[in-house]
Amino acid sequence: MSFNLLVASCLAYVIFLFAVAFLVERRSGQGKLGWLRSPLVYTLSLSIYCTAWTFYGAVGYGARSGLEFITIYLGPTLVFIGWWWILRKLVYIGRQQRLTSIADLISSRYGKSNSLGVLVTVIAIVAVTPYIALQLQSVVLAFEVFASAAPGEARPAAGQTAIWVAAGLALFTILFGTRNLDAKEQHTGIVTAIAVEAVVKLVALIAVGCFVVWGLAGGVSGIMAKIDASSLHDWQLQPGRWTAILFLAGAAVICLPRMFQVIVVENSDDRQLARASWAFPAYLLAMSLFIIPIAVMGIERMPAGSNPDMFVLTLPLAEGQGGLAMLAFLGGFSSATSMVIVEAIALATMVSNHIVIPTWLRLRRSGAISEDVRSLVLTARRLSIALVLALGLGYYRLSGGSGALAEIGLISFAGVAQFLPAMIGGIFWRGATRTGALLGLATGFLLWAYCLFLPSFGDAILPASVLQAGPWGLGWLRPNAMFGTEVMDPLVHALFWSLIGNTAAFCAASILSFPGPVERLQSAAFVNVFDGPVGPQRWARGEAEPEALLMMTQRIMGEEEAQGLFERAARDQGKSETMLPDPTPAFLAALEERLAGSIGAATAHAMISKLVGLDTVTVEDLMVVARESAQLMEHSAQLEEQRGELARTATALREANEKLTALSVQKDAFLSQISHELRTPMTSIRAFSEILAEGDLPVGTVARSGGIIRDEAVRLTRLLDDLLDLSVLESGKVQLSVSLVSMRDLIDRSILATEKVKPERDIEFTRDQVAESVWMRTDADRLTQVFINLIANARKYCDSSHPRIRIAVRVRAGRVRVDVADNGKGIPKALQSMVFEKFWRLPGEARASGAGLGLAICREIVTNLGGTIDYLPGQGGAAFRVVLPLRIEPG
Amino acid sequence: MENSRKVLLVEDEPNIAEAIQFILSRAGWEVIHHAEGRDAAQIARRLQPGLVILDHMLPGLSGIEVLTALRADPVTADVPVLMLTAKGLPRDREAAERAGATRFMTKPFSNAEIVAEVRSLTGAGDIAGRAGAESGNVTP
Amino acid sequence: MRRPLFLGRIPYRRRRLRDAARLLPVAGVFLMILPILWTPAGGDGNRLLSSDVIWFFVTWALLILAAAQLAPGLASPDAPRPDAARPGMLTGDEEEG
Repeated sequence: MSFNLLVASCLAYVIFLFAVAFLVERRSGQGKLGWLRSPLVYTLSLSIYCTAWTFYGAVGYGARSGLEFITIYLGPTLVFIGWWWILRKLVYIGRQQRLTSIADLISSRYGKSNSLGVLVTVIAIVAVTPYIALQLQSVVLAFEVFASAAPGEARPAAGQTAIWVAAGLALFTILFGTRNLDAKEQHTGIVTAIAVEAVVKLVALIAVGCFVVWGLAGGVSGIMAKIDASSLHDWQLQPGRWTAILFLAGAAVICLPRMFQVIVVENSDDRQLARASWAFPAYLLAMSLFIIPIAVMGIERMPAGSNPDMFVLTLPLAEGQGGLAMLAFLGGFSSATSMVIVEAIALATMVSNHIVIPTWLRLRRSGAISEDVRSLVLTARRLSIALVLALGLGYYRLSGGSGALAEIGLISFAGVAQFLPAMIGGIFWRGATRTGALLGLATGFLLWAYCLFLPSFGDAILPASVLQAGPWGLGWLRPNAMFGTEVMDPLVHALFWSLIGNTAAFCAASILSFPGPVERLQSAAFVNVFDGPVGPQRWARGEAEPEALLMMTQRIMGEEEAQGLFERAARDQGKSETMLPDPTPAFLAALEERLAGSIGAATAHAMISKLVGLDTVTVEDLMVVARESAQLMEHSAQLEEQRGELARTATALREANEKLTALSVQKDAFLSQISHELRTPMTSIRAFSEILAEGDLPVGTVARSGGIIRDEAVRLTRLLDDLLDLSVLESGKVQLSVSLVSMRDLIDRSILATEKVKPERDIEFTRDQVAESVWMRTDADRLTQVFINLIANARKYCDSSHPRIRIAVRVRAGRVRVDVADNGKGIPKALQSMVFEKFWRLPGEARASGAGLGLAICREIVTNLGGTIDYLPGQGGAAFRVVLPLRIEPG
Repeated sequence: MENSRKVLLVEDEPNIAEAIQFILSRAGWEVIHHAEGRDAAQIARRLQPGLVILDHMLPGLSGIEVLTALRADPVTADVPVLMLTAKGLPRDREAAERAGATRFMTKPFSNAEIVAEVRSLTGAGDIAGRAGAESGNVTP
Repeated sequence: MRRPLFLGRIPYRRRRLRDAARLLPVAGVFLMILPILWTPAGGDGNRLLSSDVIWFFVTWALLILAAAQLAPGLASPDAPRPDAARPGMLTGDEEEG
């Protein structure tokens, strides 16, 4: 087996996975998910519980400690068949609160506490580091096995292989996992790729197992005899370790960040969990079935001193089964890659949501959120992924890369198990408080680090004297025999003390401390999750400007989605889609929930708090919320419906009335406006012509007077043209000359035509030439007239020091949408509904700049072309949206 | 101080302003031009002109608002004000008169007309040396 | 919230199904801890490692089968959506926190 062939097949395998993920993402983008959302894929994705630890390490574990290895799989089995107790509740809470990670769960439950989020994230990263190292180590060992099977070939040293593997995995994960932002939007592509990997590793392990049982041992009875005859027969069940690991594995399956990700975050319906409750244990059973036979045959056939962790590979190789060994290698590679990908994504989400964004928010205390949060979050996630792998690599090198795989994994399990008290307490006990959770987690984490994590480096971090005699010679503080408990196994010892300390601190501090208002609300929402949502009205009063909210939401979710969300909200409030919704409590709550899916609950809460101007929820707010929920419960659903209907009608009526009043004032003023517009140039013309008529003037004055008369005459003509144009357009008798035109040409022409407007200004255009390549059937001249008007307005009135005009074209459902936006100060909210009225001008603008008919004409043209034009609020500057049909219907 | 020779012209149309400035300065008045409504009243207070020519539609503050501000300030309360308007509605004239305009002219007007009006309002040539702001009744 | 005293037959069965689902892991823990009490295999030659292997895998498989029997009933769509539970509904079986 050539080493290069091995590398090549790894690469090919990775590319294959990438293709799977890519195709699925594309399908999901088109809304065609179908079976991909099925319980089967969900169950298979859970199999990332089985990492390289299972694939390679379990056999080693079996060879060293007999049947003890199955506790690792029995623990999760018990948790899953008991899903009605814990998992169901977790999944419900996850869906209702739109949780993004286990850190989000804990921080959210304890009053959206940021410090808890940070603590959980840090613990998770530290605790998972050995686990990542384990994956790297297994892949490196597997490469070594093949390399030593083909000696003489040039190959990199083990350390270098580890670096290459880590870098490759980091790159792969970044490419895979950080294309979308919304963690709650679920990584369908990755989940499917992982399901594929689940099948690959299961098939590989079973293939090796079958080969061992029927190929080497001569069938089931043969292997049973060999089991009883082997050295494993002397195995003794150690009650302490047995129970501890059973418990530990059960805890880890819900506490590991990646397991939380696939069980809770990626879950989309109940059926998935019900199916997984027995199918996932069945998968675990299938994975464990052949572990003992492989271990027994490995001990029997392989030379003494060979690494039992690699029996899955070395056994087929030694028997000359190169193909099978290759399959086994890919299975192991699958196990390692899937684990690393999901774990790194889960951790990266936690880092960006709980450390990077809150820090960034704190650094900029004031002002609206105007920078691009999206790219910040994505960059943060990418860097976090790299960091997680770098830490894993560091652990691998520091610990020497020689430990038994299972022992390394158990260190991680014990670390993440520290989340258990805060998590279980949080969802079952209303009295659990933030202080309790903080103290419990910190105590447990420190004890775990002291008793298990730091000693795992040998004497690299803790000096040998401390390990043997305790710090400062205090024997009762020795890391592996706290308070003189010397007889315990080190793992059991560490687990025992850290969880005892953790739980004791958690309970005591919870009982002694008093929770804040948000905390109490959240505790009710979590503990009583099945009673339905507890008052979505977490925002008592909305004082936020909808513009600011939209701007922030756009930065986080991207323009399109944010606008869609706001349009829907406006419609629900009974307004037209181009208006912004009022910041009602219900809207703010919905918005927070949506944002929580992207950036985590605590951060979303902080961001909205900032805009609403409430930094904390006061007791008063709480009373309002309580009153509101009480009222809500009294009303039947029907009454609620009617009230909504009534409110919508009232809003519509009020808006219509406002518009009418404004219109009648306008109509009244129309005549006097026309009179004004005509008389003004007349005045100049009359005055200067009389001056000229007097004669006997200096040449300069004559020329100047003549010039002014001409300019004013031109202005008069233009005004009359505009009025005529408008009346033709309004009467609907306009002749359109429809032809096939390219949007890009139209925009090019319009920009060219407006160059004469304020030519001294250096204006930057932002365009997307590709998106503009839209062909449509419309009246080119008329449409150009609209664009010229919009662009000229932007050139004239954009007051930014670096004026920028953004033109965005998008085709959707047979309609073309063109946004023309500048980065000036925009149009004040109160005036936005007036911009399309005749003779409307920005207050304070000189009259000579135009009669104020431009936008009115634009609107008439667009209406004639079968489209709409609206002012688009919340874009930072003045922005207009033109929506047109791709082809004008004749007649 | 020869204040009756000083005219403050508040008009935002540059061409109309230029025409009036040309005509009046040729006839011997000192014309100070200002194109905005916002600080027109303060400028009038500082300059204490013999006459304010005020356009009806101004950016920032409307002519009526400027007029109200002028009348509210004791220093400028008695300055004669000639209101110009391009809207031909009687309503506008009434509003201007209610706010305390001394005279009202509709655009367009002949050059002779405006010179005559200004002359009559400032009492130029007849009552030399009398400061408009102190006279109290320059209106004939 | 007042709970009804008597339940219809179907809701009654559904509640017992949930009880079974809650009891299953308890039984599982018992079965998996039980071997602690056995004399170690190979210790006095009475017990064989292979019989341990068979014990664990067979119990394991049985637990999975039991869970598979329970799962469809628990997830059936006509089961009350917890968020739609209203007072007085016969099927409203709220969890207590």
